[in-house]
Amino acid sequence: MTAPSTERDIPALVRAAIEKHGAKRDALIPILSEVNLALGYIPGEAFKEVRKQLHDPTEGVFVAESQLHALASFYDMLATKPRGEHVIKFCENAPCHVVGGKAVWDTLREKLSLKNGETTPDGKWTLVTTSCIGLCSVGPVVLVDEDLYGNVTPEQIGDILGRYE
Amino acid sequence: MQTKRAMILVSNDPESIRLGADDLVKSLNDALAAYELQDEVDVSTIGDVGRADILPLVIVYPEATVYGPVKAGDARYLVEEHLYKGRVATDLLAPPKQLSGHIGWLRTRKGYNPAEQRVVLERAGRIDPDDIEDYIAHSGYEALGKAVTEMTPMQVIETVEKSGLQGRGGAGFPAGRKWRFVRGAEGDKKYVICNADESEPGTFKDRVVMEGDPHQVLEALAIAAYAIGADEGFIYIRGEYGVAYQRLEKAIRQAEEFGFLGNNIFGTDFNFHLHIHAGAGAYVCGEETALIESLEGKRGEPRTRPPYPTTNGLWNKPTLVNNVETLSNVPAILRNGPEWYKAIGTPSSPGTKVYTIMGNINFSGVIEVPMGITLREVINIYAKGMKPGSTFKMAQTGGASGSIIPAALQDTPMDFESFRKAGVSLGSGALLICDQNVCIVDLVKVLLQFFRFESCGKCTPCRIGTQRSYEIVERITQGQGQLEELDKLLEMAAEMERASNCGLGQTASAPVRDMLKHFRTEVEAHIRLGICPTGVCPMVVEEEAAPA
Repeated sequence: MTAPSTERDIPALVRAAIEKHGAKRDALIPILSEVNLALGYIPGEAFKEVRKQLHDPTEGVFVAESQLHALASFYDMLATKPRGEHVIKFCENAPCHVVGGKAVWDTLREKLSLKNGETTPDGKWTLVTTSCIGLCSVGPVVLVDEDLYGNVTPEQIGDILGRYE
Repeated sequence: MQTKRAMILVSNDPESIRLGADDLVKSLNDALAAYELQDEVDVSTIGDVGRADILPLVIVYPEATVYGPVKAGDARYLVEEHLYKGRVATDLLAPPKQLSGHIGWLRTRKGYNPAEQRVVLERAGRIDPDDIEDYIAHSGYEALGKAVTEMTPMQVIETVEKSGLQGRGGAGFPAGRKWRFVRGAEGDKKYVICNADESEPGTFKDRVVMEGDPHQVLEALAIAAYAIGADEGFIYIRGEYGVAYQRLEKAIRQAEEFGFLGNNIFGTDFNFHLHIHAGAGAYVCGEETALIESLEGKRGEPRTRPPYPTTNGLWNKPTLVNNVETLSNVPAILRNGPEWYKAIGTPSSPGTKVYTIMGNINFSGVIEVPMGITLREVINIYAKGMKPGSTFKMAQTGGASGSIIPAALQDTPMDFESFRKAGVSLGSGALLICDQNVCIVDLVKVLLQFFRFESCGKCTPCRIGTQRSYEIVERITQGQGQLEELDKLLEMAAEMERASNCGLGQTASAPVRDMLKHFRTEVEAHIRLGICPTGVCPMVVEEEAAPA
């Protein structure tokens, strides 16, 4: 899902996002989300580009690069580091926890030899925890990219990962 | 064999036959032929279904809709509605099973789980959320039309006030009073915002409302805008809710085409423009001033209050912020009147409440029941009991910032006032039911882990307090706990409640307080005896004990 940023035309991507959401200060989060969605993360070049294209004192739009970094570090869904080919998101909240989430989490970490937030050396997997995604009636819940797995048991982890081999 | 798209099952036990099941089968076949559906739909029979009160009974698959009692004369109507037009023939639906035992204030209606009463979720699951005409056919936009053509803004506010509707986001603030504040605030430009940043863990009621009935949210926002004098509004939806976002976006386009949003709504001079804005993953943005900051394109750090958003909100203009569920009650209140609404629920907390129920129970999901039902009733009736081998130990209400309810409070009516009196909080409507195998210390550790991650870091009591509380509780799970630290926890809890800038820090200590109030023995067992009574906690220091 993540294309290396060098293969993408970042100025065009940013331009399209600004066109869609408007060249104004309050559109910064949707614009950054758009870039994040397209590239899997927001590369440094994209921050520069957003500032370049948006900052326009004559129109009363003031954007500093530091503000963009401040936003990206605050919002959990915006990433500033490249992620693996597949991103595994595990829900760590109480509803998933009481129905067996801990064992699933331990199995995931063990199988991938990853800690939270890390990416495998081959760039294939990134393992992160996620806030509650509102699917608590089928917990424990694991998301692989956009694919949802509910009622997950530790025994199923091997199978689930195998689908992405 | 040709695949059929639907199947009708008719009960043919002796009692059903005596009541005319054979004629019914014949009439159903005739009706299918009349609509030329005989090749698409099969009619078959089933034996005794254990519902002697509704025979002859008809089940239509694949939806498994149960109708009963159905007479031969109803066959044509049923076929026309369900199989030709593709909608549920509501008035033929089987009534829910009669309940034994006392359930407070319940007025059962047809067709749902035992004695559920649906106001907010009335249409969810029954209409096509992508089709505005389906919504209109089910009384949609009727309330908006009534408001803008027959009522003054003040009359709308008075109606909401009289209904006694309270905010469903957690605090229970009277909705009508909030509307009145914004109406009365000075300024020509005002905003309405729908808070759809449903981030309390375990809460997904608003997602179900928005995905199942997006137009209801739009209609309510337009009514609110009319009442307070706003011409622009926003839905702030959390970034994780992709499907709901798309449905709302589509609904807004449709409503604009039909003239329910935009300029000159219903031919009047009332204009209202609605935008949708997705968040990017931050729990604190559910707090209304943080939400407003985020809408303005900034980090979602709560503002210092006062001034409140009712006078100084979005772009410093008077702003009304209401939760999805709160708003979704409004169209029905305007259609049916405040007296109708007050008759549901308890005198101090009228209406229904949508709960998400989960944990060690047999049925997890969403229910809408009148205010004032007890936790025991929720577990035994709606959740269909605890899982085999499980006994009730505690319930965590309202996501992370709610309360931990011990067994002793199982019979407290769940409404704002009764819960306040019992010193617990209803929160946002999540009910996490835990059995005897859940360790209180482990559960609180998970909740504190959430808070220390989500604390925005702006104010010190919350930033440091959530971190230090987590560390102390984690040490208890590692067998390193000390009794003096329990007092330290309570001291910190008091400071966080007193000095934190927003609701996050003020409620983050609630799980700790509840733990020490109701389950102190279990906590002390970890410390004094060095054992975890449920065997959950590692009681040693592990390399990475929890997701960090």
